[in-house]
Amino acid sequence: MSTLSPQQLVEAALAASQADGSVVYVTDSSEANLRWASNSLTTNGAMRSRQVVVISFVDGGAGMATGTVARTGTPDIAELVAASERAARDAGPAEDAMPLISEAPAGSGDWDADVAETSIDVFGDFAPALGEAFGAARDRGELLFGFAEHQMSTTYLGTSTGLRLRHDQPTGRVELNGKSTDFGRSVWAGVGTRDFTDVSVADLAAEVQQKMAWSQRRIDLPAGRYETLLPPSTVSDLMIVAYWSMEARDADEGRSVYAKAGGGNRIGERLAQLPLTLRSDPHAPGLETAPFQVVGGSSGSASVFDNGMATPAVDWIRDGVLTNLVRPRAWALRTTAPATAAVDNLVLEDPNATATQAEMIARTERGLLLTTLWYIREVDPQTLLVTGLTRDGVFLVEDGEVTGAVNNFRFNESPVDLLGRATEASRSVRTLPREWNDWFTRASMPMLRVPDFNMSSVSPAS
Amino acid sequence: MAQPRSVDESFLALPLSALADAALTRAVDLGCEHADLRVERIRTQTVRLRDARLEALADGEDLGLAVRVVHEGTWGFAAGVVLTAAEAVRLAEEAVAVARVSAAMNTDRVELAPEPVHDGEWVSAYDVDPFAVPDVEKTALLVELSERLLAADGVEHVQSSVSQVKEQKFYADTAGTRTRQQRVRVNPELTALTVDRTTGTFESMRTLAPPVGRGWEYLTGTGWDWHAELAELPELLREKVKAPSVDPGRYDLVVDPSNLWLTIHESIGHATELDRALGYEAAYAGTSFATVDKLGTLQYGSPLMHVTGDRTVEHGLSTVGWDDEGVAGQQWDLVRDGVLVGYQVDRNMARLRGMERSNGCAFADSAAHVPVQRMANVSLHPAPDGPSTEEIIGGVERGVYVVGDNSWSIDMQRYNFQFTGQRFYKIEGGRLAGQLRDVAYQATTTDFWGSMTAVGGPQTHVLGGAFNCGKAQPGQVAPVSHGCPTALFENTTILNTKQEGGR
Repeated sequence: MSTLSPQQLVEAALAASQADGSVVYVTDSSEANLRWASNSLTTNGAMRSRQVVVISFVDGGAGMATGTVARTGTPDIAELVAASERAARDAGPAEDAMPLISEAPAGSGDWDADVAETSIDVFGDFAPALGEAFGAARDRGELLFGFAEHQMSTTYLGTSTGLRLRHDQPTGRVELNGKSTDFGRSVWAGVGTRDFTDVSVADLAAEVQQKMAWSQRRIDLPAGRYETLLPPSTVSDLMIVAYWSMEARDADEGRSVYAKAGGGNRIGERLAQLPLTLRSDPHAPGLETAPFQVVGGSSGSASVFDNGMATPAVDWIRDGVLTNLVRPRAWALRTTAPATAAVDNLVLEDPNATATQAEMIARTERGLLLTTLWYIREVDPQTLLVTGLTRDGVFLVEDGEVTGAVNNFRFNESPVDLLGRATEASRSVRTLPREWNDWFTRASMPMLRVPDFNMSSVSPAS
Repeated sequence: MAQPRSVDESFLALPLSALADAALTRAVDLGCEHADLRVERIRTQTVRLRDARLEALADGEDLGLAVRVVHEGTWGFAAGVVLTAAEAVRLAEEAVAVARVSAAMNTDRVELAPEPVHDGEWVSAYDVDPFAVPDVEKTALLVELSERLLAADGVEHVQSSVSQVKEQKFYADTAGTRTRQQRVRVNPELTALTVDRTTGTFESMRTLAPPVGRGWEYLTGTGWDWHAELAELPELLREKVKAPSVDPGRYDLVVDPSNLWLTIHESIGHATELDRALGYEAAYAGTSFATVDKLGTLQYGSPLMHVTGDRTVEHGLSTVGWDDEGVAGQQWDLVRDGVLVGYQVDRNMARLRGMERSNGCAFADSAAHVPVQRMANVSLHPAPDGPSTEEIIGGVERGVYVVGDNSWSIDMQRYNFQFTGQRFYKIEGGRLAGQLRDVAYQATTTDFWGSMTAVGGPQTHVLGGAFNCGKAQPGQVAPVSHGCPTALFENTTILNTKQEGGR
């Protein structure tokens, strides 16, 4: 790394600024990963990087304009600041202009502390255990595939208004995929973690082994609407789609599933019959994330002017009713509504739920139990209809028992509509989204029972 | 006027040889069978407007170096951002350390197919470096184009953006190869939206201009007629809003190149990646139905079907001089006369399959990532004397014509897919009979390609593409182009998406 510390880089850039305001943040990241296929390693890596971002704010008389420039490594600070100011002078007045944040949010880390790091050593116990799991799978005539990753990012954010905020973000995940040697049967287990100390390869391998055993009996079912048990991973992938669409401005302008006929948004409208709460909380245990905003470029759902703004816990849906949408300060001011910021975690829970997933399975007369969803894409933004596929285990539950593995399906469903049709939720547990875990790993979700999930067609994939 | 170009001097002035010498010497000293070093500088800029007002202009530059080794038959990889010989040595040592940890999980020795030694420089085909164009000029152009749309009846909102990338790579390995490359690409998009607040409904339509391996000249008239497209877009959007909802069923489907490129990408491009067929992507992107036991025998589709992989086509997003393992760009057959005849491979996979040489499909999206097998430009060839789009439509009694891409989804073995588009037209008696709404087409790959009964001529051919195709863990994005003509697919399943979402 540079001989300058991240804190020194921030101070140097702020000191070099000639703009009317500036925000500088430096993110130092380290990462290690292992990837495997067919009971053998395929690729791996240990990476370090540093990103330096300078955002300048220039008042050209008609309003404040902004310019953002980002560089990795060890950029020339004077050049970087000058480029940012040039970009601001060349831009027109920003629609989202607001006074920069000057009040420090609670929960920021120790500014002066060294960067937190990870390395390949994080897998010191994990790699041998995985090697043992490979051997056991080989002995059963099965194959294991998957990926393990641990990242540590430390962000230092400084502003010309005096903020000095720091956050350490550990992010880890493991995905373990089991297959028969002919690839005809396939199952999955995955977990998110902050430090790998809570990851048990043996537990993951046991879950894969159990599902492989379930899949010994194959049952073909046609497309149609089925009572379906959506486990937490699938619920998280669907709720993340709903969350990512929660831009207040889009809704207010009539171009989102959260827009109301006749104008305005759907806040106050009941979306779920169950008393479900969908919320984000930077201090949620095990799911901790930054308690302040770090924004490199403005959009309808975030503003560079809001850098450093506190991101307190927020209920997006409370007791089944849409309660909040994502609203930067500038849009909040225009619409006389509270400012809210997206947080990098998501929790769905029914406060009255007591059942475990196993108990929900046990009281299912006949239904499908999914494992994960895949290739989820928006089909109709009006209803937030999405399509996608089941993957790595669709099981038939009969009289409370798993009786075999069913073919995969393509589905067409809206996560917002599903909330309204869910009839039961289990207790919520930490889960790893399958499709979106490149970007989103911090989720806690229940299993949901949906009486009529739309399996649009059969997928021959296994 | 196009000028012969060389790699920017500011990149060549980096201590490339010194970094390579330091890293590769250390790797050899540590007993590595193979080592390579990449230095990459990737400049990116996205200009994004909302209703003709600048929303964000994000300017980034990513510069780093990476060392990859094969140590006692096991991969090791390390990457950093400090361009000093000491850091290059440290990365070589860290890559070996990673290989040692990984050895506990490795049962297959890594061996690489041979490749001739190369020493050279290559620059993609473009006229105007987008990073030499002032930001003010770029924003002004997008404002002007957006305002044209906003001025039209019924257009309430306009989203516009242009993404630009300049990618510079230096590659060196222990065999002696040294290559220097520079590529430029741009991706402009404009979307017009109309909103009906009374009913709470809205509709949109996006431009069809594909992302390309060209410079800023693409936005000022070279390679795409923006004036013509923006002039007709509002009326097309108005027609779409009033269009009837489709009756689901089976129709003959005429697919425009602006839509077919994505079907090719998903159902052929990814399906003929050998890493998928061998299971290396099994836990993430998935495998492929086109397994190696079917090479030379699988009837992928109609005998009219000729598909190639190509790292050489001009303006292609996946076009390179050499890949990220030092393999020279090539063109080869994937599907010939409807039969699966080839795969996309890297050097390790080529050796695994007993091939004499890789066809150059290794790519890493930055120095921070290890090269993985990525897609060449995969293209469906037109019929040399094939019909025009109008002639194909003229031969359809009852059908649907689809233009532009939109939603896409396919299963993890590349069988079952569902796509939508920007515009769907009813075909009656060989003529277009107005737009349809709420349309998606759904099929299984071999059934779909087997139903292709007409392939358009070269006059219908368009090079489409994707700017950010995702694959691998950790996730990487790659640009890739797909050329294709208009084509006819008989008896295809059409869904009504409103009914799919209903209860």
